[in-house]
Amino acid sequence: MTTPGLREFVLEAPAADDPAQDLLPTVLAALSRAFTVATEPGAPGSGARRYTWLDTFDWRLYRAGLMLEFEQAGRGGRLLLSKADGTPQAQQPVTRWPRRPSLADDLPEGAVRDRIAVLASPRALLPIVKAVSAVSVTRLLNADGKTVARLVADHITVTAPKPDTAADTTAELPLRLTIAEVRGYPGQARKAASVLADVPGVSHASQGVFIAALTALGRHPADYSSGVEAEITATMPAAVAVARLLLRQLDVIETNVDGVLRDIDTEFLHDLRVAVRRTRSAIKLLGAVLPADLATHYAAEFKWLGDLTTPTRDLDVHLLGFGAMTDQLVAASPADLEPFRAFLVRRRAREFRRLAAALRGPRFRAITDDWRKALLEIRDASGPRRRRPTTAALAVGTTGRAFRKIVTQGGAITPASPAQSLHDLRKRAKELRYLLEFFAPLHDPVAYRKVVSDLKQLQDCLGEFQDSEVQREEIHAMADAMLAERAAPAATLLAMGEIAAKLTLSQAEAREEFAARFARFAGPAGRERVRVLLEGRS
Amino acid sequence: MKTFATYNIKGGVGKTTAAVNLAYLSAADGCRTLLWDLDPQGAASFLFRIKPRVKGGGKALILGTKTLDDAIKGTDFDDLDLLPADFTYRNMDLILGSADSKPTRRIAQLLRPLATEYDHVFLDCPPSISLVSENVMHAADVLLVPLIPTTLSVRTLDQLTEFVAGFNGHRPDIRAFFSMVDGRKKLHQEIIKDLIAERPGVAATPIPALSLIERMSVERAPVTAFAPRSVAARAYRALWSELRS
Repeated sequence: MTTPGLREFVLEAPAADDPAQDLLPTVLAALSRAFTVATEPGAPGSGARRYTWLDTFDWRLYRAGLMLEFEQAGRGGRLLLSKADGTPQAQQPVTRWPRRPSLADDLPEGAVRDRIAVLASPRALLPIVKAVSAVSVTRLLNADGKTVARLVADHITVTAPKPDTAADTTAELPLRLTIAEVRGYPGQARKAASVLADVPGVSHASQGVFIAALTALGRHPADYSSGVEAEITATMPAAVAVARLLLRQLDVIETNVDGVLRDIDTEFLHDLRVAVRRTRSAIKLLGAVLPADLATHYAAEFKWLGDLTTPTRDLDVHLLGFGAMTDQLVAASPADLEPFRAFLVRRRAREFRRLAAALRGPRFRAITDDWRKALLEIRDASGPRRRRPTTAALAVGTTGRAFRKIVTQGGAITPASPAQSLHDLRKRAKELRYLLEFFAPLHDPVAYRKVVSDLKQLQDCLGEFQDSEVQREEIHAMADAMLAERAAPAATLLAMGEIAAKLTLSQAEAREEFAARFARFAGPAGRERVRVLLEGRS
Repeated sequence: MKTFATYNIKGGVGKTTAAVNLAYLSAADGCRTLLWDLDPQGAASFLFRIKPRVKGGGKALILGTKTLDDAIKGTDFDDLDLLPADFTYRNMDLILGSADSKPTRRIAQLLRPLATEYDHVFLDCPPSISLVSENVMHAADVLLVPLIPTTLSVRTLDQLTEFVAGFNGHRPDIRAFFSMVDGRKKLHQEIIKDLIAERPGVAATPIPALSLIERMSVERAPVTAFAPRSVAARAYRALWSELRS
């Protein structure tokens, strides 16, 4: 048995007229001075392999230190899960791989699905890089003619799959050579590795194949994030910082449009909506540093965009939580809710068509194109510009104001206050959260984490309160619509009633928790944490 | 993990060639396979081009100062490893006798940690009745007994069957097969026919006496590997397909 991967080398990237394979005879000649060298046609692992690295759009597997490969064999293949260093973790056969990206949840039962379903769900597994590899194996023999190590040469061509409309990008990787140890002969493998290392043009592989493939294709791992992550500094003119923040959100919006239109998974729309909300909040709270007409115009345009996405997302939320919803049923059975699910699916398809038509339409294109142009002009303006306010001043002023607004509005809420007062407070809390995230690079990380942690607790409570109400109202509205469509058996309506009752209970619980969560956030200790954050002293 | 042992009190009956070829076929089936060459002559080790040497000798292995894992060598074939012979194995009876407890079950004990690593283990035993062979019988799930079709061989099988029947607890299945068969000899044909009819544990596939099998020592590889389409290879494959079930 062999242990591949003991020592991995890469031949130097060749010049155009000096193909990498030409170095192989030099390598074999060097090895033949220490071993008898024999090619091993048909050796295990040799021949052609086709495989595809898969990950979610937001690199959930990579970020968890995992790599997933689909190795094609005929019409089927197998999934191989490994750690980033190549250590195998799990594998399972799959009879076929769908042409469309498959949701992690839709994978057949197996060891790989068990490991990744929770991590990747509800995202789809996308082909990140496709590879065709031609492997040849050479045996290294001792004086008795015994194989004591193997040289594995892997010639890999990689392709970055693109959406249907774009051409694939292809690159050839430098030839990869591995000395594979034969059990019980570690010294011989070391010897072979040392011979190989001395061959001019051969160097130790500094990257695994996956990373090398991404690099060759002009990508790098984890090159997508839905976060804020704009490059801003404290002394930067505020207008420039705001333009950078907004450009970053525009990037997120545009990056997700294709996934939304191809309806790959629900999170493309989710990320797009978050970026739209951040944009709207930034325009509202920081727009004073932008040209006045620009902020007014785009506040309306992004409201249109946000509203456009709401119906589909709301239905996605119902469908994503459907399993959890049926699990809560006590009196009704999950089967009773099936007509409701079918209704949600139909309605979602209808709303999605509307959304897709609008995202392909001229108004959306005009928003993104013109908004980018305007923001770039602000960011890159070459003439004299206002140095004040600075980004730091803007951050302290707006964040402090947003916090005080929450303290005032939240402090006025009593058990008798209408639900709307909590909904309004939720909006203010969300605005504060976005401000904190926008200006995160300016804050002390410890102070930042403390404030965000308190705020998150409050937001969760307010979110539960409002979402329960909204969902309950939607269930009522959908029950009416199902009745109108004669798609509502009595058992289904009763089950929906049970779900609505559960939501009422959840909302009541959230309301009970509100006072304590608010006191923690806005009480003396919470206020001191915000003061430390903004003034930088403890 | 299933353990097979090739055993016969007589030498030169095809034990080692059977162990080498059957282990190779097991690995070729995709089963992770280990062959332990227990014969100090080291014929199986020689056939796989592996030096018949274990650091610390048989004593280190049997007394546990060195694990079997440390001594295992990869063969040239995927999924097939070998635990080489060592000349000190000639004293293995004495070493086993000096083991702390249960000297007849020491080999079984030593193999236990390998249960997750291998699907099949083959033990190639030296020809004798000794503490080594008794250990092997206790460790094996299947005792493979090559028989040259002679009346005396049949008697040997009877003696072995009787001996194993006397074991307390674990008893290996005894699977005999005919080895070095000369198809031209009438006596061979008669004995094979009678014994297969009389004894349920006797394999129907005989291994013929062929010069290609002897050639293994020149090629230093299993005949099933260097001449896979030969009559000899076909016979071993047929035998393995009977035994593995």
